[in-house]
Amino acid sequence: MDVENIIYHGRIKVPYKWYVGETGSRFFIGLRDDKEIWGNRCPKCDRVYVPPVKTCWECFVPTEEWVQLKDTGTVESFTVTHYSEGVAPKDVPIIYGLIKIDGADGSFLHFIGDVEPGEVSAGMRVKAVFAEERTGSILDIKHFAPSNE
Amino acid sequence: MEKVGIVGVGQTKYERKKEDTFAELVFEACTGALADAGVGIEDIDNVVTVSNDFWDGRTISSMAVMDAAGSWDKDISTVEGDGVFGAMYGMMRALSGSFDTTLVVAHVKGSEGNMNLITNAMFDPIFQRQLGIDATSSAALQARSYMEKTGATEEDFARVSVKNHGNGVNNPFAQIQKKISVDDVMKSRKISEPLKLFDCSPITDGAAAIVISNEKGMKRFKKDPVWILGAAHISDSYTLGYRDLTSSPALEAAVKKAYGMAGITDPLKELDVVELADVYSYMELLWYEGLGLAPKGKGADLIRSGATAMDGDLPVNPSGGLLCAHPVLVAGLARIIEATLQIRGEAGDRQVKGANKALAHGINGPCGQAHGVFVLGS
Amino acid sequence: MGKRVAVVGFGQTIGRSSRKDVNGVEIINEAVVAALADAELTIDDIDAIVIGNMDHFEGINYVDSWSVEGSGGVMKPIFKVTTGGTTGSSVAMCAYYHAASGMFDRVLAIGWEKNSESDTTGAIITAFDPFWERPNIGGAIAGLAVEASKYMSNYGVTERDGARVAVRERLHALNNPYAHLHQEWMKGMEVDQLVELLVTSEQNQVLAYPLRMSDMCPRTDGAAAVVFASEDVAEKIAPIPAWVVATANRHDYVYLGDLNWDVNETLRDASRKVFEKAGIKEPLKEIDVCELYMPYSYAGLKWMENIGFCGPGEGPKLLWDGTTDMDGELPVNPSGGVMSYNAIGATALIRVGEAAIQVMRKAGTRQVQKDVNYALSTGFGGCSWADVMLLGKNKPA
Repeated sequence: MDVENIIYHGRIKVPYKWYVGETGSRFFIGLRDDKEIWGNRCPKCDRVYVPPVKTCWECFVPTEEWVQLKDTGTVESFTVTHYSEGVAPKDVPIIYGLIKIDGADGSFLHFIGDVEPGEVSAGMRVKAVFAEERTGSILDIKHFAPSNE
Repeated sequence: MEKVGIVGVGQTKYERKKEDTFAELVFEACTGALADAGVGIEDIDNVVTVSNDFWDGRTISSMAVMDAAGSWDKDISTVEGDGVFGAMYGMMRALSGSFDTTLVVAHVKGSEGNMNLITNAMFDPIFQRQLGIDATSSAALQARSYMEKTGATEEDFARVSVKNHGNGVNNPFAQIQKKISVDDVMKSRKISEPLKLFDCSPITDGAAAIVISNEKGMKRFKKDPVWILGAAHISDSYTLGYRDLTSSPALEAAVKKAYGMAGITDPLKELDVVELADVYSYMELLWYEGLGLAPKGKGADLIRSGATAMDGDLPVNPSGGLLCAHPVLVAGLARIIEATLQIRGEAGDRQVKGANKALAHGINGPCGQAHGVFVLGS
Repeated sequence: MGKRVAVVGFGQTIGRSSRKDVNGVEIINEAVVAALADAELTIDDIDAIVIGNMDHFEGINYVDSWSVEGSGGVMKPIFKVTTGGTTGSSVAMCAYYHAASGMFDRVLAIGWEKNSESDTTGAIITAFDPFWERPNIGGAIAGLAVEASKYMSNYGVTERDGARVAVRERLHALNNPYAHLHQEWMKGMEVDQLVELLVTSEQNQVLAYPLRMSDMCPRTDGAAAVVFASEDVAEKIAPIPAWVVATANRHDYVYLGDLNWDVNETLRDASRKVFEKAGIKEPLKEIDVCELYMPYSYAGLKWMENIGFCGPGEGPKLLWDGTTDMDGELPVNPSGGVMSYNAIGATALIRVGEAAIQVMRKAGTRQVQKDVNYALSTGFGGCSWADVMLLGKNKPA
């Protein structure tokens, strides 16, 4: 007997709020109120983290020293993404970048904008462009754009 | 490590969209593994299931398959992560003195969820998720970093895809059985540059199961086991950008331990076959380096040399790998199964002649954050 | 084959309604730091880590990956075990098996929850089958209310019996500096008076008959970590290690509708298995203290029977006789239990930790005075998942 295979469409929507914590809050308040990017430094290994961390996970000690970083950096990697699920407030194609912010270790994930996809390259210098309306989130930075340095 | 081995394996065919429910897939894989082992469920002392709440659209995803996994009146637990970690746990339980045999089963129905949203949820909600980053776009960032660092090209990545797709044609379980050329890969639709369609693994439904036994439990089984000579798992850091994506120290640490347990000093020479997690084509080159098969930065040289082709010195992914079938979570367990079949000489058209020692590999987390490896032997 | 394993350290954060000052990764770090301090170990001493949590409760996929920067797991073996409400005890059992296998000497088990951030009921509903049960489920409370009603109907148990359990938990919690709920106003009052107050107060809302606010557990932000060590190192770390004598678990149901509402069968079977392995014939006599995972008051009556501490319907007698009070024959929940601190992913692990410190004689103001040879801890979750672990003072044979 042939049975029709029923498909049940559902969507899980469980509302959340995530507490950023004091450390993260300081970072976002810096973005929101002052258009400044702050990181913090591990007293043991000297590594400067951005986004900031409460504890250095290499040394397992609290990182208490805050360091103001520049709003400029170098593109370490990038990708031009040709699809979107509507999460990012950007139109396709979306350019993601891992940017080594001046003064910090590692690289920082964000968008690259104000540039043609074909013009982006690793090693490019970029500068943070802040959003007009800032609420204290990672989107307070609109994207990183080519800097004229 | 005390003697412990794999005595039964079962896997469903991997397909884009299966009609069966999770429980039915799990049941199919489990009955397959039990039949292969020549035993009934009563010979299984405990069960470890592998699943993920987001992928199943169900909190406590383990709850849904308990009956299908045969765990009635048995101890049972659930690992949420790649099947290779489930196998690690199943093995520990068989070595603990509490149980002699463990059934490990993993399932996923990629077709029922939205991969991009599910893997976007893998990223930290505070600092990164809102950017819309997911498994593929983050992998693309890693691929670009790797190209910048090592000089590997998109054609090198394509060579991996061509090799694995060609191998998949010989694997009756593979979802995609289609020979392709470098040109096909280079011309395929751009997903997140430099990754194109054929650089990315597909969405897959499927389940797989293995039966692990310690030495004492072996008397219940007729077939010779495939021994676990070494096994290890390690995780690197998480936040995208903190670590250097062009190398995999976590994989290096895991194999150092596993090779040490197995007495392997020259993996390229001593291993006969490798089944690794090629979620995206470029990853195979990165893992060559992490596994110690190629020196740092020289993964591309290895693929170019042909050494990892079916007729090469060390065939990698004779099954076609994840590029031909990527049931998330099941992936690592399927690699263990493929390695087991190779050593048994039961790999049919994809058999590597005289395979005696094999390595199976699985990953978890963004850009291969955590790795698990098994060294298997006859 | 297999090593003997003991608990050698336990740490937890103070339970609070909401910890806005930290995110999830940071609260995990607090528990890890506390556990390491308790065991006098450093993170470098830890050979492997196990962590668990319900993804939809926290909105985070791959929690083990996400938390690694706070759990101390970077460049260590770590994976995730998750089984619902029993996650904490399943994580404990997993850490035990890590060490018992002989592959790892010192293993850290971590459980946590930032309950204030989530819609737990919404998330719990997603645990049930989307076709057959999800549209009708009213979350956890509904199922527990059904169980309580049946129990009352079977044995003539009353609301006062449920309230008496709640009173015990609250009074015990007053001795526990980590408990979330400290009802200081209850200090010095008579038990009967408190029971009367709970059943007659209008402010004590009925949520789903017979369950009132006072019968339920709170929602807590918290984290806990327990250090397990193999016999090769345990005695060097702790003066009195809490040896894992036996552990077992059962999870026999997929659908809520299939459950036996008269008997918690999985708890009964897992307990039986543990007692069999440990050679325990008279649980009430031989076990000295019990940290019973009790998500609501009536479980403190019915589940005591199902474990085998007393016969069917005898739960209330055990309670009113004072047997389960701090100076009784079998103190239950000296910590105040889940009803005083409920960070879901951590709760079942905290039962293990609290039982361990009783054996180790490190329970401070909530230490039971009598000799503790055996301490039992249990975990409970959906769909009637039961974990049982027996800890003991003497190294198993």
